[in-house]
Amino acid sequence: MGNYIPSTDLQQQEMLKEAGFSSFEDLYRDVPEELLLKHELNLPSGKSELEASKTLRKLADKNKVYSSIFRGAGAYHHYIPSIVTSVVNKEEFVTAYTPYQAEISQGVLQSIFEYQTMICELTGMDVSNASVYDGAVAAAEAVSMCRSPKKKKVYVSEGVHPDTMKVIRTYSWAYGDEIIPLALKDGLTDPADLKEEAACVVIQQPNYYGVIEDVRALVSAAHEKGIQVILSMNPIAMASLPCPGEYGADIAVGEGQPLGMPLSYGGPYLGFMAATSKMMRKLPGRIVGQTVDSEGNKAYVLTLQAREQHIRREKASSNICSNEALCALTASVYLAAMGPDGIREVAKQCCSKAHYLAEKLEEAGLKRRFKADFFHEFVTDCQEPEKLIAKLAEKDILGGLPVDGGILWCCTEMNSKEEIDALVQEVAQ
Amino acid sequence: MKTLFERSVAGRKCTILPACDVPETKPQETREKALRLPELSETDISRHYTQLAKQTFGVNDGFYPLGSCTMKYNPKVNERTASLEGFTEVHPSQNAQGCLELLKTAEQYLCEITGMDAMTFQPAAGAHGELTGLMLIKRYHELNNHPLRKKIIVPDSAHGTNPASSSMCGFTVVNIPSAEDGCVDLEKLREAVGEDTAGLMLTNPNTLGIFDKNIKAITDIVHEAGGLCYYDGANLNAVMGIARPGDMGFDCIHLNLHKSFSTPHGGGGPGSGPVGCKSFLADYLPGEKIAEENGKLCWQPRGDASIGAVRSFHGNFLVVVKAFTYLVTLGKEGVPMVAKNAVLNANYIKHLLEGTWDVAKKGTCMHEFVLTLEELKKETGVSAMDVAKALQDYGIHPPTMYFPLNVHEALMIEPTETESRETLDEAAAAFMDIWKTIQENPESLHDTPHHSPIKRPDEVNAARHPVLRYPFND
Amino acid sequence: MKTPEELKYSKTHEWVRFISETEAEVGLSDFAQDALGDLVFVNLPEPDAEAVKGETICDVESVKAVSDVYAPASGTVSEVNEELLDAPEKINSDPYGAWLFRLTDVTDTDDLLDAEAYIAHCESEEH
Repeated sequence: MGNYIPSTDLQQQEMLKEAGFSSFEDLYRDVPEELLLKHELNLPSGKSELEASKTLRKLADKNKVYSSIFRGAGAYHHYIPSIVTSVVNKEEFVTAYTPYQAEISQGVLQSIFEYQTMICELTGMDVSNASVYDGAVAAAEAVSMCRSPKKKKVYVSEGVHPDTMKVIRTYSWAYGDEIIPLALKDGLTDPADLKEEAACVVIQQPNYYGVIEDVRALVSAAHEKGIQVILSMNPIAMASLPCPGEYGADIAVGEGQPLGMPLSYGGPYLGFMAATSKMMRKLPGRIVGQTVDSEGNKAYVLTLQAREQHIRREKASSNICSNEALCALTASVYLAAMGPDGIREVAKQCCSKAHYLAEKLEEAGLKRRFKADFFHEFVTDCQEPEKLIAKLAEKDILGGLPVDGGILWCCTEMNSKEEIDALVQEVAQ
Repeated sequence: MKTLFERSVAGRKCTILPACDVPETKPQETREKALRLPELSETDISRHYTQLAKQTFGVNDGFYPLGSCTMKYNPKVNERTASLEGFTEVHPSQNAQGCLELLKTAEQYLCEITGMDAMTFQPAAGAHGELTGLMLIKRYHELNNHPLRKKIIVPDSAHGTNPASSSMCGFTVVNIPSAEDGCVDLEKLREAVGEDTAGLMLTNPNTLGIFDKNIKAITDIVHEAGGLCYYDGANLNAVMGIARPGDMGFDCIHLNLHKSFSTPHGGGGPGSGPVGCKSFLADYLPGEKIAEENGKLCWQPRGDASIGAVRSFHGNFLVVVKAFTYLVTLGKEGVPMVAKNAVLNANYIKHLLEGTWDVAKKGTCMHEFVLTLEELKKETGVSAMDVAKALQDYGIHPPTMYFPLNVHEALMIEPTETESRETLDEAAAAFMDIWKTIQENPESLHDTPHHSPIKRPDEVNAARHPVLRYPFND
Repeated sequence: MKTPEELKYSKTHEWVRFISETEAEVGLSDFAQDALGDLVFVNLPEPDAEAVKGETICDVESVKAVSDVYAPASGTVSEVNEELLDAPEKINSDPYGAWLFRLTDVTDTDDLLDAEAYIAHCESEEH
């Protein structure tokens, strides 16, 4: 058994004695007898590192790792440059706490400052925080930013990821907001549905079904009614489609997983949040700022802390403290490695390959469901989606996700033409 | 140090992707705005981050007695198992029997350790778990028709997340003052509970590192008044395998896998804050539950009583893999040994400091204790902040400063079980050395640290005139 | 500590400068700014907000604290000093120049203190 306790048995006994205790049990003299656990924990015996490794490998081996993945739906399979893995495995970044002690945390603080800058660049917004838990929570936290005593209504497009919808609903139920879902028409959110005054509207671009929404029309309809716009956007798509800043969004949020994080059965992922400077002080979570030290040298610190729970307590609009710092670092290194041309290339390949797949699937008999433009995901009709997915699985292909009697497909730069052709051949048979 | 943007050279790049092998298609509307990401070689990136790493203090760099954060050593085997392809290359919508089995077993182990009946891994951090726990309490009162139960009782020593999470659930917060010994004042609690009580939030051991021996009476008072009891698992490291929140009378809890269960903190996350509860609250948990059908594990909806979801998919799965690896390694013998040694180490270093430094609460502590420098500051002008900064020069990460709020000039020390006697002796010697300096030359403490990459930063300027991103020449 | 004679004060350390019988400017006293330390931001009230004597109307932030500002009298907020949004340090350097907001239809002024009474109040609080 292992336990990572370095002091030897003899040392432990000596320390007990020196500190005035007769035994380990004596350390718990303040715990009432009836509360002490009387039975041995019902867990297996501890294992050596070698045995523990084998146990975990056996579990990992029970999961199917597909050689070809055509599924997105909120979790995307992209290439992760080697430098990303190497940097984020550095022990200092992995094992540090939140950088409260600025003097010995300049490295992690600067990395967050660079992350904030890159998120601002990508989204075209003025300010970014240091991250939240994931894209769904980012959207729910953004809704909290828009609240005012007079406005309790929140519009949410049904084109947002179903998990995002669920999380917004849960947070809003707890606080007491009223959610008004906006049904899709032919795959698109209708600006004419923004009928009454409300705190905000949440839109996703491209939406869950891959369709490119007419965000400009939605933003102008919302702003006309005094409704703030929260745009949840795929970060890869921001390199190709107009970015949230260009669309005129008030808050940009999204799932940062495509920026260098593996699929990992759903997490850890990265919620990014950026806003106009007007909304700066409503952003939740940690924010790093640049300042100087007592000798006038450039320095970074956690700043605008009076927004946060540890100071504002019950008046804080969010309770977040730990975020996804290492995932934010991952995104920064990914964006630095790809550079502006690289990220545009990823976006271009995603879009091009998805369109190639859509065309080929159409030829093979799977018709695209919505006529509007799409980015790297699209829905096709399919008679028996589950059956087709099972058939593809036998060929080591993870097919698209069955949705509403059809299939939601996704292509990224990972899918070569050869792979796509092989998929289509299976579908056609 | 230069930023990535200052290192950028137009036209420089890493070669990562092959050329596109299908005809190019562009969206109908495209981005016009410039995209000023840095243009760098792999060498540039590698050296940049190596330099940043050198200016970052992690648990691998030295003693990290950051109270209430449980900065224990992060075992390497956990990192390796969490990077197995069979975990990292799995889509969240896949039927992944290995992942399901791992989550189900982790739930069993953690329920056994805490005395709970069911658990969700959706919450991604402690505060997130806390929010989820309060949502369970809200749902319970909602479905049992208790519309008046709107108040959450928290002790004055509570972490700021307690009141903030309560507000997010539409609750109002009632603060009750602690008794002299830092424990809950039973009389004050009796006065505070009533028909409007929704619940109580507590951590035990408390923020002063004291095990509240009245804990059963406390939870009984709240239950008799019709409220529920929520356990903040931040301090579980002191009692795991020794005493269980479930037996203390708590109805729901959150755990910090990145504290008690050895997963690394990553410079601020990702963590994982699973929420456990007694069976009568299980249907309210968020996300789906793991069930067995035809010999296979699968996700199953929890039904209409569920609060919904607090995160996408299944939470920070890889963090659970790390914590699970730790539990497999520890086993039934290792878990209580961890707690015992965490408490031993705290009492040992407290014993070394006591007599010179002022401990806020005398007597046996659990896994942590609090020093108060109130008198010292009055006498010498040296503050808790000064001592914290001075410790940096000894290669020690400062303890938690100015918390809990009910102790003035507080330094909260939590050594954890993964530090050796030698490390504790050296840390105590550093404290004594600083004490000597305070007696001889207190002024010199005000401009510590002397050996760090920067001196103390101007936080007032940072907040008055925020610069929150690199100012490109615009 | 400066305490101009021509102003009125609340026990919660706001000063009031009457522009007319029913209009007034409100700011934070020298005593208050000194106790709060370096202020880094002020969350001004919404124009048209109703001020109710003794209730929180807005707040000011230092690096590690948020402090409520209470309405020293009742009325309606007619104007806020937006200049302070970019220069909160003015509250520290010139507390009686740095008004936070203006009130119209001012009522509930009976409890306001004159300078002498306010100085006595501050002294009692210091002990």
